[in-house]
Amino acid sequence: MKTRDLSELAVRNLREAVLRNSLTTLGVAVGVASLVAMLSLGVGLQTLASQRLTRSGLFDAVFVTSQRNFRGPGQRGSADSAPKKESRSLDEDARQQLSKLSNVTEVYPQIRFVTDVRYAGKSETTSVLGLPDSSRSSGAFEGMTGAYFSSPTADEAILQIEFAKVLTDQPPSLIGKELTLRYAERAALSKAADDDEAFLDSMIGSGKPGGISIVPREKTLRIVGVIESDPSAGIGGFGGARVYLPLKAAEQLHVAQPDDLQAFLSGNAAKPSYMALTVRVHSPKDVPQVEAAIKQLGFATFSLLDATKSLRLVFTVFDLFLGLFGSLALTVASLGIINTLVMAILERRREIGILKALGATDRDVRSLFFAEAGAMGLFGGLFGVALGWLIGQALTWGTTIYLHRQNLPGVKISYVPWWLALGAIGFAIIVSLVAGLYPAARAARLNPVEALRYE
Amino acid sequence: MPAAPMLIEAESVSREYRLGETVIRAVDAVSLSVEKGEFLALLGSSGSGKSTLLSMMAGLDRPTSGAIRVRERNLAELDADELARYRRETVGMVFQSFNLLPRMTLEENVELPLRLAEVDRHDRESRVGEALERVRLGARRRHRPSELSGGEQQRAALARALVNRPAILFADEPTGNLDSVNGEQILLLLREIQDSLGMTIIMVTHERPLAEKFANRIALLSDGRLISDGVLR
Repeated sequence: MKTRDLSELAVRNLREAVLRNSLTTLGVAVGVASLVAMLSLGVGLQTLASQRLTRSGLFDAVFVTSQRNFRGPGQRGSADSAPKKESRSLDEDARQQLSKLSNVTEVYPQIRFVTDVRYAGKSETTSVLGLPDSSRSSGAFEGMTGAYFSSPTADEAILQIEFAKVLTDQPPSLIGKELTLRYAERAALSKAADDDEAFLDSMIGSGKPGGISIVPREKTLRIVGVIESDPSAGIGGFGGARVYLPLKAAEQLHVAQPDDLQAFLSGNAAKPSYMALTVRVHSPKDVPQVEAAIKQLGFATFSLLDATKSLRLVFTVFDLFLGLFGSLALTVASLGIINTLVMAILERRREIGILKALGATDRDVRSLFFAEAGAMGLFGGLFGVALGWLIGQALTWGTTIYLHRQNLPGVKISYVPWWLALGAIGFAIIVSLVAGLYPAARAARLNPVEALRYE
Repeated sequence: MPAAPMLIEAESVSREYRLGETVIRAVDAVSLSVEKGEFLALLGSSGSGKSTLLSMMAGLDRPTSGAIRVRERNLAELDADELARYRRETVGMVFQSFNLLPRMTLEENVELPLRLAEVDRHDRESRVGEALERVRLGARRRHRPSELSGGEQQRAALARALVNRPAILFADEPTGNLDSVNGEQILLLLREIQDSLGMTIIMVTHERPLAEKFANRIALLSDGRLISDGVLR
């Protein structure tokens, strides 16, 4: 029999027992829906986590320090493992050199200092951190009260809520107000001062040129936002800062850094150096290559690449388990298909006999039952994907409402990519066809004389 | 001049069924030949083996022993697909209980053998119309079997049996579910078709008067054996 005729007969047969076949198809749909909903949840959570982590800069960043002043968490060294290369200062030249490496998108220093903050007659000591402009898209500022910095050099500040609570009982009321930072500015000595320095040097016998002066300064900043979480945790810092200002604005303050003393002692005081630089790369997969290149330049590096590998492993196992639970539901549905088709054979025994008497081959009969099972799989798959997507949307909607009640931004926790939709429909058809194997074979084997005798 | 080969030749055909330890011989060494264009009635009481013999000649069943040759091809040597093709292309069948598919209209029922034979869609419509006109049901083509009388249903079944233009028409008690008037009408129609199309008809019946009135040869079976075989006219 031609495929078109076969399909027409299959659809006609399905239509005739519409209630029973609809219920079986619904069974397949529920199975597919649970599979799609669970996997879409897995994919959604994975996508969410990946996006958040990627945007946070944890996994596409290499933290660079001078080998002489810092050993990162991955660089726990001892005196025995002292660097063989000559240690280099992490100064502006180094920053330029790093920014020219391939696959590097951004290089920025970590500017962090402890300062006195004055507000409404109160004075508090806290830690200040400069935030690069790229942190705007990190997702860390979603749900923040107020707004992000208006420009990369704006004299504006964002406060961490715990610190804001120290300043006032009503943190949101701080927005638009001004606060003052008192900090130690590092300034290169003027020529005259240099001469004095040379004189002093000659007096103490170091003989090294250059010097710095530390000058107390004040800076007034407008508060633009109050944030609950600590955005610095994911941007090359190690958390703990309470006041944030644009990185370029922080750089312009020339705040004295701990390295300045080291630079002074090594005679490079005229060239300011950085405590640490964060090197952002195109994608996490570029991290090893960039890290190796930076080490070649004589700097110490640290990255969280290994953590992403573990994360992927966790999500793969998570997906596997969600998929298994979804497949169980589909297995139950496929038992429903087998039951429906076996019952259909009993009911349609006489019809099978007539078809055979009229010249239908075993293959024709088998194909007809197969086509009916496949059609139930196709319709069940289509309906199931739609149902699964709706369940996912409902979960996202419910989660968003819950998060909003907790004053957190909504997130999309369910995501149905095209491969999941097509895969689920394909899987439903395959499961249905496998479920139809036995009934179809049984129908094809029927003896026409016995089938015609059946009442 | 050599004699023309027989259309159907049954040679010592037997059919046994096993029920536990008991072996039932439904057809016992029957030998029979049918010429092209004959109207043969297989006459016998219930359980005489006439329907079993018909099923074997129609390719629905296989003999336990013996051979059935149709156009010199032994049906016992055909595989399942070849036997299905034989049923599709060489024979047409009419049953006592009509065996129309209840959820299909008359034209869909009649079209079914053409679908199975993969006849072109364009040709199907005209052939279905022609077959229904021949049994005088052209006006009822969109009706379902349940909307028709018994006689009309059997005529529709006859149209379905004829639509593939078979060489042999097998009819298993075609009047068994009909009253005498409708029964006679069906047999008249069979004769008419035989005369116009030159078809060979083999009919199973237990009604001797009808067999004598319409068939031109009667083979009498009893307990699976062929008792007599005679030409009437």
